[in-house]
Amino acid sequence: MGLSAADASPLAHVARRAAWRPLEVVFWLLTLLPFWLTPDYLQLASQIAITALFAISLDLILGYGGLVSLGHAAFFGLGAYAAGLFSKHLWGEPLSGLLLAAVIAGLFGYLLSFIIARFRGLALIMITMGVGQLMLEAANSAGKITGGADGLQGVKTWPLFNAIRFDLYGNTAYGYSLAALFLCFLVARRITNSPFGLSLQGIRENSTRMLAIGAPNNAHVRRIFTIAAVMAGVAGALLTQTTETVSLETLSFQRSADLLVVLILGGVGRLYGGIIGAIIYMVARDHFSGVNPQYWYFWIGMLLIAVVVFLPNGILGGAERLVPKAWRRRA
Amino acid sequence: MRRLLSGFVAVSALLVATAAQAQVKIGLIISYSGQFADTGIQLDNGFKLYMKQKGDTVAGKKIEVIRKDNGGIAPDVAKRLAQELVVRDKVDILGGFELTPNALAVGDVSAEAKKFMVVMNAATSIITTKSPYMSRTSVTTPMLNDAMGRWAAKNGVKKAYTLVSDFGPGHDAVAAFKEAFTANGGTIVGSALYPVANMDFGAFVQAAKDTNPDAIYIWTPGGTQPAAIGKALNERGVDTSKIKILGQDELTGVSALKSMGDLGLGIITAAHYDYNLQNPLNEEFVKAFRAEYNREPDIFAIGGYDGAQLIYKALEKAGGKTDGESLIAAAKGMAWQSPRGPMSIDPETRDMIENVYIRRVEKVNGELRNVTIDTVPDQKDPVKAKMK
Repeated sequence: MGLSAADASPLAHVARRAAWRPLEVVFWLLTLLPFWLTPDYLQLASQIAITALFAISLDLILGYGGLVSLGHAAFFGLGAYAAGLFSKHLWGEPLSGLLLAAVIAGLFGYLLSFIIARFRGLALIMITMGVGQLMLEAANSAGKITGGADGLQGVKTWPLFNAIRFDLYGNTAYGYSLAALFLCFLVARRITNSPFGLSLQGIRENSTRMLAIGAPNNAHVRRIFTIAAVMAGVAGALLTQTTETVSLETLSFQRSADLLVVLILGGVGRLYGGIIGAIIYMVARDHFSGVNPQYWYFWIGMLLIAVVVFLPNGILGGAERLVPKAWRRRA
Repeated sequence: MRRLLSGFVAVSALLVATAAQAQVKIGLIISYSGQFADTGIQLDNGFKLYMKQKGDTVAGKKIEVIRKDNGGIAPDVAKRLAQELVVRDKVDILGGFELTPNALAVGDVSAEAKKFMVVMNAATSIITTKSPYMSRTSVTTPMLNDAMGRWAAKNGVKKAYTLVSDFGPGHDAVAAFKEAFTANGGTIVGSALYPVANMDFGAFVQAAKDTNPDAIYIWTPGGTQPAAIGKALNERGVDTSKIKILGQDELTGVSALKSMGDLGLGIITAAHYDYNLQNPLNEEFVKAFRAEYNREPDIFAIGGYDGAQLIYKALEKAGGKTDGESLIAAAKGMAWQSPRGPMSIDPETRDMIENVYIRRVEKVNGELRNVTIDTVPDQKDPVKAKMK
């Protein structure tokens, strides 16, 4: 990074970063292809879009804010249960459910961010993990409300705009999840290319120096953590609404850890890394477990080792070296 | 030339038609990886053994099985796999399901796509109410504990204390036990719930012993807890000849007995299957299972075995029809001899009716075994009987 001679002012630098690359436009057009190319795989595509959104949310705090979290599923699960309970007890209109889940997850994220902003490194890993486990145990104990180990039953999602049913093939599910992913991506892209986003990267690189130039580090961290919580909540709510089921697993440590794997696989600090990671991880998982239901973890392990050894910056980091310089996103 | 070509087309069309007609596709959704992998593998072993014994053709149709890994408790994955099996692989029957949340999620798919679905392990009562095309070949937790409650009250236990793991299945189990026990004249003198991951049972056992009960009823999901429970009972001086220890099969399962050792002696549990059951069919089954997989069959294996059996028998009775309506109609009231004893499918609830065996841990030829001391015949699920 850094200002080049071409940038007349910092604002021009930010504006140039924010300009859309042709490759990005092509990428988003490609995401529409599954509707025609693989109409039998739309359920999988929908869950990939949800995982991608979840990964972008983690990327905002990890890749840009430099905060390692091993308990990000707390917000995912909170959003999932909020949307599920809303649909079960009040009404099943999906958009309002999504909004409610976002608000609840965001509120919890905001409150938690006051603690989060005080810590870095190992202490932060332990705290986020602890919060994740607390949420899981709380959901398990509140079995009367959450359904406990059996999962929440009776979630029904009404048709989108009161007209488009969520079908068995997953047309609606994928369209809905993809739209949510794209909107959240636009927000995340705008944030990371703003002065606020640059301050976050400054905090990631050298927080003492940022303080020295007068940046309110803790306020920045609190803000991005809350935004990430909102997005994770939306991802959880999407999963609830498209599958009409919520289980304790949405809050599990496994989900937080898998997410970190997805993000590292794709490439941290790139936004697209989360999306690419989700596509590769979930397609590989689906393919390998289809070939051999018992030992497919072996191949996932091999894939991970290969990526970490040969592409230390993730798949996207490796691919960037292959793309012509003019096309590259300057980050 | 044209005639030759049209003849070729006709023949190939015929071939395609017969090939498409002569096939039944079964989609199995089982956890082959993760924490519950061994359970899933045993279930699938049972399923495979039945197919091996009976061949892969039923009512003139060839059976094709498509296996999918659920990877543990993941209802969202289970539901997606089921949807994919139905829309992409065009399966006729859904099977497997060792975990309740997964089975519940797939119930919606079975109901919407009108596909026959056989739950081969998951043991929560309400599962089968999710789809009118669903049946089950395992057991329900309340069935076992209802049988145990009645048996205890009728066999000299007046006062019982209950000690149960604090999560869903534990709550269901103790509710069924208490209801059957008190309805038959027993009194509950005290109850405790222990945390799911609890490993020290000393204080709990002491509190139970202090109420001076005739029996302590304990429910655990298994794992490493049975050994810890056995140790606490021993340390606190609970004599199983004076205070009966009652439970469900997980408390004295094959691996539990291995880890408990002699501390398990005298514990009484209820189960619908054990590889030590004395009947000719079971002896044959265990022998075949050992020969094939070099291990003992367990409740998961018998669930898979009878799951395959129910699918075969329903297909036969329906004359090879594969739609959900015909298959569930054929399954209702179906009765057969299983290695677990006589079993049938309740035409009203589509759940199984079977024997529940009351067993006591004893030493036979220097080896710890669950020895059957009584049989509760024709046990039905008490929860659904009450729903009516």
